[in-house]
Amino acid sequence: MENMMDIGLGHYLSVAAILFILGVFGIFLNRRNVIIILMSVELILLAVNINLVAFSVFLHDLVGQVFALFILTVAAAEAAIGLAILVIYFRNRGSIAVEDINLMKG
Amino acid sequence: MILPALAFYLFAAVLVLAGMLVITARNPVHSVLFLILAFFNAAGLFVLIGAEFVAMILVIVYVGAVAVLFLFVVMMLDINFQELRKGFLRYLPAGLAVGAALLAELGLVISGWVYAGPADSVRAAPTPESVGNAQALGDLLYTQYAFIFEASGLVLLVAMIGAIVLTLRSRKGVRRQVIADQLARRREDVVAVVKVRTGEGV
Repeated sequence: MENMMDIGLGHYLSVAAILFILGVFGIFLNRRNVIIILMSVELILLAVNINLVAFSVFLHDLVGQVFALFILTVAAAEAAIGLAILVIYFRNRGSIAVEDINLMKG
Repeated sequence: MILPALAFYLFAAVLVLAGMLVITARNPVHSVLFLILAFFNAAGLFVLIGAEFVAMILVIVYVGAVAVLFLFVVMMLDINFQELRKGFLRYLPAGLAVGAALLAELGLVISGWVYAGPADSVRAAPTPESVGNAQALGDLLYTQYAFIFEASGLVLLVAMIGAIVLTLRSRKGVRRQVIADQLARRREDVVAVVKVRTGEGV
């Protein structure tokens, strides 16, 4: 009980690990729906950010939080581009099912 | 001592629950809303751990921009989501297997790690004691990481231009006002003076 109430690095790493696995699981579970896959990727990136920030705080090194900010930037850019591609794909094909995405198959 | 621990468990539990609902919700709009809940709880965890600036940026960028973008796209596209859920159960065993394997691996890592001895001496930027989190981050970001900071701004610019270029469409058959064409018209090109004699047509 004493250990349970003393929140350390391991607790944060556990939460991040569970969130990461949920993200990976979501990609498998929603193989047909690109929107949910993109959301799962966001969950994975959030888990990575939790890891970086937790290490940064518990090791007293600020660089982890700087990198968390950069990951946030890249995640925002990725979401914007991914959703833009999704919108034009839906405009062209009228569907976003993953198995319909085969236009570039030779 | 006990209050931060309880807050941690509350935030962590809601975060994991929201993450679970993101990937299993029937309606993608609900998925996006649970994603927003997950982001808020992650921000709560960051505040709890003392990383306030990242927490606020998480709320502003993720909830304010990314999640709303998702919400727009989900609501804008007319998609039969029930159709997309077919095969949900078919992929469940494979997903569970991969998830269990990953969980076992990460569990081994988390239960077995130790601090490396020289970890404290190789810190790149030790957290300053006297200044707040936001100021310390700013001091670091605008000096040591200035170039990477600028580069990340460039990434955002490229993403913005890319998204605009991708989604901009010029539809055929729609008349648009072209100012340059209007200004380039000259009187000689469009006006003809015709002398018409009385009693005859043009």
